[in-house]
Amino acid sequence: MKIFIMPPNSLILYDLVERFGHQPLSVMGTLRERVSGREMESPPLNVTPADVTKGLKYAGIEVPSGIRGRMAVWGPMIDEAEAAIIMHDTPFTFGCVGCHRTNLLLMHLIRKKKIPTIEVNYPEDEEEGKIMVSKIKTFLEGLK
Amino acid sequence: MTIKIAQISCGTEYSGIQSEIENAAATVGGKMVYPDVSYEEITRAVDDFGFDPVSPQLKLMIARAKALADGHYDADAVFIASCFRCAEGALVRNEVRRYLQEHARLPVVTYSFTERLKAAQLLTRMEALVTIVAKKELLARERQVGLTAGIDSGSSTTKAMILRDNEIIGKSWTPTGEVIGSAQEVLDEALEEAGVKFNDLEGIGVTGYGRFLIGRKLDANLIQEELTTNSKGAVWLADRQRGEATIIDIGGMDNKAITVRDGIPDNFTMGGICAGASGRFLEMVSKRLRVEITELGALADKGDWSKVNMNSYCSVFGIQDLVTSLAAGHTIEDVAAAACHSVAEQVYEQQLQEIDVRRPIIQVGGTSLISGLVTAVGEMVGSEPIVPENSQYIGAAGGALLSSGFLEGQ
Repeated sequence: MKIFIMPPNSLILYDLVERFGHQPLSVMGTLRERVSGREMESPPLNVTPADVTKGLKYAGIEVPSGIRGRMAVWGPMIDEAEAAIIMHDTPFTFGCVGCHRTNLLLMHLIRKKKIPTIEVNYPEDEEEGKIMVSKIKTFLEGLK
Repeated sequence: MTIKIAQISCGTEYSGIQSEIENAAATVGGKMVYPDVSYEEITRAVDDFGFDPVSPQLKLMIARAKALADGHYDADAVFIASCFRCAEGALVRNEVRRYLQEHARLPVVTYSFTERLKAAQLLTRMEALVTIVAKKELLARERQVGLTAGIDSGSSTTKAMILRDNEIIGKSWTPTGEVIGSAQEVLDEALEEAGVKFNDLEGIGVTGYGRFLIGRKLDANLIQEELTTNSKGAVWLADRQRGEATIIDIGGMDNKAITVRDGIPDNFTMGGICAGASGRFLEMVSKRLRVEITELGALADKGDWSKVNMNSYCSVFGIQDLVTSLAAGHTIEDVAAAACHSVAEQVYEQQLQEIDVRRPIIQVGGTSLISGLVTAVGEMVGSEPIVPENSQYIGAAGGALLSSGFLEGQ
């Protein structure tokens, strides 16, 4: 199944999803495709003003352009997602989208979609880390 | 010499405008640079700064500002930007700007952008940043020498001024039509008043929207954006070359608020999104009231703005308010006062919140001749602005003053 991970650039969540036989929907792939798959019109990420307009599908015109531009990248992945993993309270080195307002919107859209979703907290120590991995493993194995 | 402009921003890559920012800087001889910071530095900077925004990219802005202030990263000027309409971004943008002004002697400009930003909109701001760094000695000039002319090709009017040994000897203005023709007309008239010939001029400085076209045509020795040129002209005309001041220039198309220290700008904002906050709106009001723009200020001084409901955040709706008020029986004095108040209010809300206002306030530009507007600005900022004689000629005066800087040593 196609799994949306949150934060969408978390390498650990990406690895877990792949390890348990699913397809992670990841920002790394999307951004790589943007940067290497076409001419660079709008470096560094090749998000163009036209993309920002496409972000209007997810957020109105009164929403800052940076949020709409991010939604142009991640919104279509949520459209595609069949399940999701949301991790809360992550340090920004774990992976982040840079903008908390975008985080809030992404989480809302996932929940609104009513797809199978697991929400976990960032582990504070090794023991919590093991419990978290175990929960995610159970969740992923239970998906058909 | 490439001027390094440190970019401290959030959202530019995802708004698709990063290349526009870099193009604008490159066009004027600048280069955008990005202060490097480590993870530990971000955490420490946010703790020290005392403002912990939730968005990580805003944390990064704080850490980058701190790296500049602490001298860990070398740059000549700073460009601070965040998304238009982002409250968290606006708070950080403003606090970072204040912090840098307190802790680093670098010229700073702030900007809130949308995805529609084009390099051309940033050119004047970037050029001003580069000028402040690259022409520091020229901007320090306080006295005009020799025989020089300044031309200011504005969106509404074109002005020329002739200076000789620090004295005004000729000046003229006209509504801007064809750019070169208007400039030639005012220059000829100013030369005639001064009693000198074009070939006698030892230097020419050109500023305003038409500066490149006119500058090339007249072979000017100074072609410079209006932020620094107008600042110099304003402090020279107001005889406030030393110490601090805030210059407010409500123009025909855009407004400028500039803080200066010893006549050199260190922070400025330039607005131009809405005609409702510009001199153009007051022209429209005069036309609808069937009075000359020169009479509007005196009318406004006799009126009471509070009697009229006017929110001219859009010039079209502002005029609609005006029509409704007149139909409701309000006097044209009250309506004129409300129009002036509305423009002053918008300048206060949009421009003056982006800088730290320093006294005295020097109000300049063509609109400073509208006394009602000066009164309204004074009420808004809490102190009466200084309006120097010939305040509409700041750009031309600044051009003539600065162009004389090239004469000594020739």
